[in-house]
Amino acid sequence: MTDTIDPSKPKPKPKPKRGTAMPAAADLIIDAQEGLDVATLSPSQMAWRRYWHHRGAAISTVVMAFLLMFVLLAHWTARYPVDGQVLKIEDGPNQYLSPRSIAWFGTDDIGRDLYSRLINGIRTSLFIGVSSAVLSVVIGTAAGALAGLKGGRFDDIMMRVTDVFLAFPFLVAVIIVRQFLGGVKFLQPVIGDKSSLRFIIVLFAIFGWMGVARLVRGQVLSLKEREFIEAARAVGASNTRIVVQHLLPNSIGPILVSLTISVIAAIVGESTLAFFGFGPQPGHGTSLGLLIQDTGKAALQGNWWLVTFPCGALVLLAICISFIGDGLRDALDPKLDTGK
Amino acid sequence: MLRFVVRRLLWFIPTIVFITFIVYIALRIGFSPLNTYLRANPRASQAKIKQYIEVNGLYPGWGGYFRGYFHWLWLFIQGPDQWSRSIKGSARVWPPLRYAIFNTLRLAGIAAVAGIGIGLTLGVLAARKPGAAFDTMVNSGAFFLGAVPPFVSGVALQLLFAVKLGWLPVGGVYPPGHDGFNLVLMIKYLILPVAVVAIQTISGYSRYMRASLLDVSSSDYLRTARAKGLSESAVLIRHGVRNALIPVVTLVAIDIGGLLGGLIITENIFNYPGMGVYFLKAVNDGDFSRLLPYMVIVVASVLIFNLIADLLYAYLDPRIRLD
Repeated sequence: MTDTIDPSKPKPKPKPKRGTAMPAAADLIIDAQEGLDVATLSPSQMAWRRYWHHRGAAISTVVMAFLLMFVLLAHWTARYPVDGQVLKIEDGPNQYLSPRSIAWFGTDDIGRDLYSRLINGIRTSLFIGVSSAVLSVVIGTAAGALAGLKGGRFDDIMMRVTDVFLAFPFLVAVIIVRQFLGGVKFLQPVIGDKSSLRFIIVLFAIFGWMGVARLVRGQVLSLKEREFIEAARAVGASNTRIVVQHLLPNSIGPILVSLTISVIAAIVGESTLAFFGFGPQPGHGTSLGLLIQDTGKAALQGNWWLVTFPCGALVLLAICISFIGDGLRDALDPKLDTGK
Repeated sequence: MLRFVVRRLLWFIPTIVFITFIVYIALRIGFSPLNTYLRANPRASQAKIKQYIEVNGLYPGWGGYFRGYFHWLWLFIQGPDQWSRSIKGSARVWPPLRYAIFNTLRLAGIAAVAGIGIGLTLGVLAARKPGAAFDTMVNSGAFFLGAVPPFVSGVALQLLFAVKLGWLPVGGVYPPGHDGFNLVLMIKYLILPVAVVAIQTISGYSRYMRASLLDVSSSDYLRTARAKGLSESAVLIRHGVRNALIPVVTLVAIDIGGLLGGLIITENIFNYPGMGVYFLKAVNDGDFSRLLPYMVIVVASVLIFNLIADLLYAYLDPRIRLD
């Protein structure tokens, strides 16, 4: 058990107080602990180690960091404005150019540079993914914790509602709910028009929170009978305190993993909706979905670059984020530590 | 067991009434059938509009939703001849829907049998020697394929095999102008869509079967079987796989229930005239009368197969007591 001594609070060698003689025995104990400190790791250090030992997660983190930097610095990394056309063509029109030096990833039907649009598209898609995932995790965690802890009527209703939603195939449900929300007039000022980014984010949060809520509810149900919760209750901790201080920190692993899953689900979902023409139409700018929207047509025309690059970017994002989720699961589950 | 079945069957009716009621309201608000009607028939007279409302039960207001729902339900129960006609073109809803159902059943059936069969086999083979080269290959292959959304794999396969190489047709069921039944042609047109659906299924089931078999492999009864001196294949198949299949079988039942409404993407890419294409057309037309029967069938199929999954689970695993 030498590993579990916490080195984050190093024992400073107490200075002998003036006038009092230091007992020799205490000195010995401190020395012994110092000797052990050499080989110890804090739990968070162990988690980091587990994370970086997951090869896929480590590579994905580097790739994602690189991609994120690229995307956030779109102002400098993109070669053309989002809607700007590739001009200056000596030998013919500028649409449907295959990849070449003036347009690294080729151009689309009206001569816009795919490389620059891809950078902007990934930025929008990541924004959609992260914001709807955060929204659904926050709502789902709150609802799941409440349902698991309180049980009763609220729990019943929540489980029935999620059952109803699960009875529909995902895409059918998304399209119907999208149409329904667009038809409710008083919601318009809150969630915006059917083709706005805000609407898409809210739409995926509506579908995302249920999975998280079920997961957190299960966690809470299994944790709340454990001894440490009983102990917390025995010393008079309030429900809020138990949830915030004990239940949530203990379920942080699955919650974070479900966060990464929600990010992927929202990004892929947005692309799927856009593929059918139900996606967002951001004022200017683009999203991965909008780039993928025309791939079906492009494939039939044989313009392979319009298919390969947007789809490749989507698959790369999905794989990287699920590897990161995998690594997080390893990192946050101390039982998986092999000591290496 | 019988009591459980009867109770679940009795619950089935209120559940589906409740869900269709919610769907009815959502569609009424979302697609606003009266507006669609007015758009389709811009010169309709007041009397005509009033008659349309009466016939289809499109009464206004919240009370109107209730009345309209029961109006619709009554017509729906009486059979396809009484179902309200499509708003656009005023055609009967059932014949095209039936055609779409059969097409989807054909695609989904073949894809499910192929995908689940291959997936389970790969999972068993991979779990035989965990950590070996084959296991790593199956596992990582399934991981990567699972991350590819169906529209990406669909478009990629189409681009490669149909457009670039020209080996297989781009989409549809038969070449334009073809009449009658032709098995070879049909198979040729089915290969790509089946492959897209099967890829998803294989990646899911190989991982699931592997995990389930590894879970079982540390159990006492497997050790007992080995101690009895059974051959390794007998241990694996008669004792390991049979037990590992219990959770998998329920998942299969649930998945099959979702297939009827779950192939929208694949059908759309390959222009395959199934339920998905039917749904998208109805949504694009804003056609309430065509959407409602579709939703009822899709939801009923999911619920029925969920019920089957529950029953199978109880039947296969005698440790579960239902009553």
